[in-house]
Amino acid sequence: MRAAVRLAAWVYAVAVYGFIFLPVVVLVLFSLQATSFPIPPFTGPSLRWYQAVLSDARLTSALVNSLLVAVLSSLASVTLGFLSAWGFARFVLPGSAILRGLITLPLTVSYLIIGMGLLVLFNWAGVPKSLLAAGIGHVVINLPLCFAIIYSQMGDHQINIERAARDLGAAEWKVLLMITVPVMAPAIFAGFFLSMTFSWDEFVISFLLTRFETTLPVEIWNLLRSGLNPKTNAVGSLVFAVSIVLVVFFELTLLRRKPA
Amino acid sequence: MAFAGNNSRALPWALVTPALAWTLLFFVLPFIAMGLSSLTAHEGGGFTLANYSQFFTDPSYWRAMVNSLEVTAIVTVISILLAYPFAWILAEQVPERWQRLALMLAVLPFWTSYVVRSYSWLLVLAQNGVVNRTLTGIGLIGEPLQLANTRFATVTGFVHFFVMLLTLTIFANLKQLSPSYRKAAADLGAGPVRTFLHVVLPLTLSGIMVGAFLTFVLCIGDYITPQILGGNNELVMPQLVMMQIGRRGDFPLASALSIILMAVVTIAYLACARWLKIERA
Repeated sequence: MRAAVRLAAWVYAVAVYGFIFLPVVVLVLFSLQATSFPIPPFTGPSLRWYQAVLSDARLTSALVNSLLVAVLSSLASVTLGFLSAWGFARFVLPGSAILRGLITLPLTVSYLIIGMGLLVLFNWAGVPKSLLAAGIGHVVINLPLCFAIIYSQMGDHQINIERAARDLGAAEWKVLLMITVPVMAPAIFAGFFLSMTFSWDEFVISFLLTRFETTLPVEIWNLLRSGLNPKTNAVGSLVFAVSIVLVVFFELTLLRRKPA
Repeated sequence: MAFAGNNSRALPWALVTPALAWTLLFFVLPFIAMGLSSLTAHEGGGFTLANYSQFFTDPSYWRAMVNSLEVTAIVTVISILLAYPFAWILAEQVPERWQRLALMLAVLPFWTSYVVRSYSWLLVLAQNGVVNRTLTGIGLIGEPLQLANTRFATVTGFVHFFVMLLTLTIFANLKQLSPSYRKAAADLGAGPVRTFLHVVLPLTLSGIMVGAFLTFVLCIGDYITPQILGGNNELVMPQLVMMQIGRRGDFPLASALSIILMAVVTIAYLACARWLKIERA
């Protein structure tokens, strides 16, 4: 009986792993295709499509744009999120629960609707479509996330350290920069990292709010119009590789922080 | 725990105001603008309810909402049914020291770009893609099946994404269960099946509901997967919204449809919240 359960469990797990990995394996395999269609039979391996991606100025500039938007919007999100979390955690403010609810509200609304709202507003106010507009949208989706992560990690023991610093004569800005920020570093880092990944992968807001200069997901979307193409496989595999490196890095740094 | 310093009036507001202002300016205000826009006519402006009445009277618009709800319901149910046993195997059958690695592998494709992930399924399901070539190759079917540009493709793409998400949440749920519950059930004479049905499953139900709600919200608001995998044969709500902007620049109608979509999600949230509260009592 026990052995039968174990066998069934193994078969099931392998089947689900197969389902999960099937599209990724197909994507990466046919990015190495030597001919022009990413469909069986496999004709590679060849790196010609990676070469095509790296020499495509539209894709490389979209990649730079994506990185720029991700880093800057995440910095803004984590800064605003941290300051407000500190304010709400350390001071008694009237209507605090309602205001905190307001800051986290965008988490419950889909990206499409946030993008639509900004499109209507910017259109009405005469703000042109641009990377900046998309970056503003990315802060809207990531600020609540940073706030929630950092706010939830602000505990009482940190207050005591801050109080000690104040008793020893530190000014408020010194307490903030030399005590609170270093103590909260893991939560701040987690908020920044998550914001980066969400901004990096965000499509619909960038699609609605940018025009000529755009981000990588939108540029990949434009590639899809040409149908199945090994070039799309190659750029998709590259993005995947970058993400894996980031995730492994994040896992390792988090693991190292854990007390042994 | 809070304190009152000598500058306690100005400082806290200086800390929270930027975040609040950002939320008001770029989240609340756009929402109001969208609400106002939905009440104006596309041609010539002026107050009208026509954008809303169009949704309720035009059967093709109505159909998109039904499609959205059907696809979301199917995806949510299939994803939970697939993910629960998988998460259980990872939490119970895989040795402790390999669990972290097993889980990390199970969600690895999560880190591909969302657009690319849908495209990858297109490669698998295309007319001359991997599945059709394999099936015709071994002689199981004579003619290639129409898999891409169907509801089946949309559901497959969604299920792939949400199985990974739900495996994560359900795994965390199962690991949080104290082993003493199971020991107590065993001491009282329950077999593994009864322990699972009467102890483990009820205790993880609220976690499943949270996952199901997350799946519902993300699935019903997504444009990418239905557009790439489902094509234009059978529209869902987000596709309808994007169509109004792309083809005709009809912001008022797109706004009205967005607000209707959001209303449906809010109703689901209220239904879910009440259900979760009852669970806790």
